[in-house]
Amino acid sequence: MYRYDEFDRRFLEERVAQYRGQVARRLNGQLTEEEFRPLRLRNGLYLQLHAYMLRVSIPYGTLSAEQVRMLAHVARKYDRGYGHFTTRQNIQYNWIKLDETPDLLADLATVEMHGIQTSGNCIRNITSDPFAGVAIDEIEDPRPYCEIIRQWSTLHPEFSWLPRKFKIAVSAALQDRAAVHVHDIGLYLKRSEAGEVGFEVLVGGGLGRTPIVGKVLRDFIPVRHLLSYLEAILRVYNAYGRRDNIYKARIKILVQALGVEKMRDAVEAEWAAMDHTPLDLAEETVAAIVRQFAPPAYAAAGADDEAALAASVEADADFARWVRHNVFPHKQPGYAVVTISLKPLGRPPGDASAEQLDLIADLSETHGFSEVRVTHEQNLVLPDVRRGDLAALYRALAAAGLGASNIGLASDIIACPGLDYCSLANARSIPVAERLGEHLAAREEEIGPMKIKISGCINACGHHHVGHIGILGVDKNGEEFYQITVGGSADENAAIGGIVGKAVPSEGVNGAVDKLLDVYMRLREDGEELPATYRRVGAEPFKEAVYGAV
Amino acid sequence: MTTGSTYQAVTANRLRDGVTVYFTALGAWSTAIGDAAHAEDATDLLAAAAAQPLEAVGAYVIAVEKADRGLRPVGLREQIRAFGPTV
Amino acid sequence: MVLYKNGAVVTDPWRHLEDDEDLPQVGPVTISWKRWLSERGSIARDPAELGVRAPNTVTAAEIGADAHRFGLIALFFPNFGDGRAFSQARVLRSRFGFTGELRATGSVLRDLLQFMQRCGIDAFEVSPRAIEENWFAALSEFDLFYQPAADNRPWIARQRLGATP
Repeated sequence: MYRYDEFDRRFLEERVAQYRGQVARRLNGQLTEEEFRPLRLRNGLYLQLHAYMLRVSIPYGTLSAEQVRMLAHVARKYDRGYGHFTTRQNIQYNWIKLDETPDLLADLATVEMHGIQTSGNCIRNITSDPFAGVAIDEIEDPRPYCEIIRQWSTLHPEFSWLPRKFKIAVSAALQDRAAVHVHDIGLYLKRSEAGEVGFEVLVGGGLGRTPIVGKVLRDFIPVRHLLSYLEAILRVYNAYGRRDNIYKARIKILVQALGVEKMRDAVEAEWAAMDHTPLDLAEETVAAIVRQFAPPAYAAAGADDEAALAASVEADADFARWVRHNVFPHKQPGYAVVTISLKPLGRPPGDASAEQLDLIADLSETHGFSEVRVTHEQNLVLPDVRRGDLAALYRALAAAGLGASNIGLASDIIACPGLDYCSLANARSIPVAERLGEHLAAREEEIGPMKIKISGCINACGHHHVGHIGILGVDKNGEEFYQITVGGSADENAAIGGIVGKAVPSEGVNGAVDKLLDVYMRLREDGEELPATYRRVGAEPFKEAVYGAV
Repeated sequence: MTTGSTYQAVTANRLRDGVTVYFTALGAWSTAIGDAAHAEDATDLLAAAAAQPLEAVGAYVIAVEKADRGLRPVGLREQIRAFGPTV
Repeated sequence: MVLYKNGAVVTDPWRHLEDDEDLPQVGPVTISWKRWLSERGSIARDPAELGVRAPNTVTAAEIGADAHRFGLIALFFPNFGDGRAFSQARVLRSRFGFTGELRATGSVLRDLLQFMQRCGIDAFEVSPRAIEENWFAALSEFDLFYQPAADNRPWIARQRLGATP
């Protein structure tokens, strides 16, 4: 993985010093709250219902063991002993004190971490495939390019005060595990016919109040020109994106208003007019960063590994179930990719305690090369586990409450913090997720792959629009209601779910979801996931199941 | 048990740590909602609170009602702010 | 207001004319962009004595086409979050080669100064608060940068190919 050099370290020290000064100026009154707010946001600090919340950046979801231990330290020293992994592959702490944040950020900086641009109307954390570098269906590891974009976007002097936040995702695999279709810019790594590496560029995807699937802006931009092309897009957006209405300020609204052809013309004209040369990536620059992501020294598969694994699977039904759902193929023979579920039944999705984080750091060293990944589905990944070690790993995880075997199933629910913590929320998300996960767990294997996503308000941090079943909390005269959508998908066949009818009260959510699942299981054809069934049969059977004849 | 009639009080988050606070009759901020000054109309309270921008952030008026033990906010959001997350 | 340029607080030598004020025979003056559009055919003035105050809704290309006529272009930051003038500044410097004064006006706050400077702004119209609170220290808060801009400072990817930090 990428390790900081002297330049990165000194830059981050300068950033911590700047922030320390900003906090001091706020506390002594030189800065008003209005002036301070955008500054703290650009370091990831929000003011929520009960305290400040700090969002720590995890670039493209990759962490070292040392960084995971630091996250545990922050949970203990500055918070209440836990953290919450988010749909941006970041981690949030809910009980932070402003006057302690400069020390907190200084602690993070010792392990090359920060909260830079995890909030504010700027280019946010670059997200990617949590299986990057180990996936079997990958063209090339996308993370070096994420890192190149991360560095370019960090405190960009021209694009730090955009109309609205700006999210970029990069994927390099056939299966899209990074939701690139629902980002402001989505980049698919590909090779030209001549074998040159570059990207397909999608623009104007997003969720929130106006969910839109991104459109292809350019079929291929070579790596060399990646940054100048991104600058052209950002410059067009900075000039023409709406600033009169926060709900119409994302680039997707600009693309929708202009049409993708005119957007393309504007970007291409800007790109043609600018001098690319300063931003053109030198081959050496790219190669130096690619080298940092070189595969580790994998061992040959053990002769008895497969037999031992098969015996463990045979002997232990719980382990067998975990292998079925949480273990994924690895490009290196003898290795597996393991997803650690942060969705134990009856617990807030995505939470991890300091003790669990410490354990995961240890396990990443025992069973891997000291690397941990964060998924946008709020789980963690150990990317390099020897197949012969899977049983030992499972036992260690299960003993720490990390043995849930539900990846991709109905109880692997994405949920935002909702009204229990968030000042924007209209309704609670976590209790709904906890109850629904417990309710569905008994039949989740029978249901099969199922993505349920819950947001506590229209800002859609829980990605409800792209859930197979999406649940959106709304406030109706002080009561919590939940609007349910069906048929959404965040993968390479991205689709926005359709609303099935009027919102149901909190206690009606489980029943309504049951009915939708019954329809799906009755109508599905072999191997068909819910979005495909929905596309084939339409919304009516689902509506009818929940609301009666229509 | 509530009496049924609602009043207004002023709440904010404390600047240095973000904790939920309520404006008191003595012109200070308290973390306990029971200490909140309440009135039929909190316009004057809000003006007094807003004059202390270094203590607390984003002061606003909420509806409260009398309960068995002091005051209780009306509405789930403010109840969660007053008494903590439900999970 | 206080004007900061070339490392010092300076007296503003420019007169900023209302649209109904006549242009004086001599002396540096600025006029609004709107006035420039309606009178540019009839204004023949030494660029050293003509400046324009551009709103942030005009494209950089439009200003840039006339930039050689001006000794000063004042850009406007209406509030903390509206960053359109950063792009205007950078394009005026980098694409149109504007070498006159680029002045930041409006909501020009301490924590924006180094971003503005990097985009090519070299004069800052700020509140008198700036002096007592030593805002100008912010111009050297960072000495390492991850991207090229309009200030010709070295940037990290290039420094890596050569020197040590």
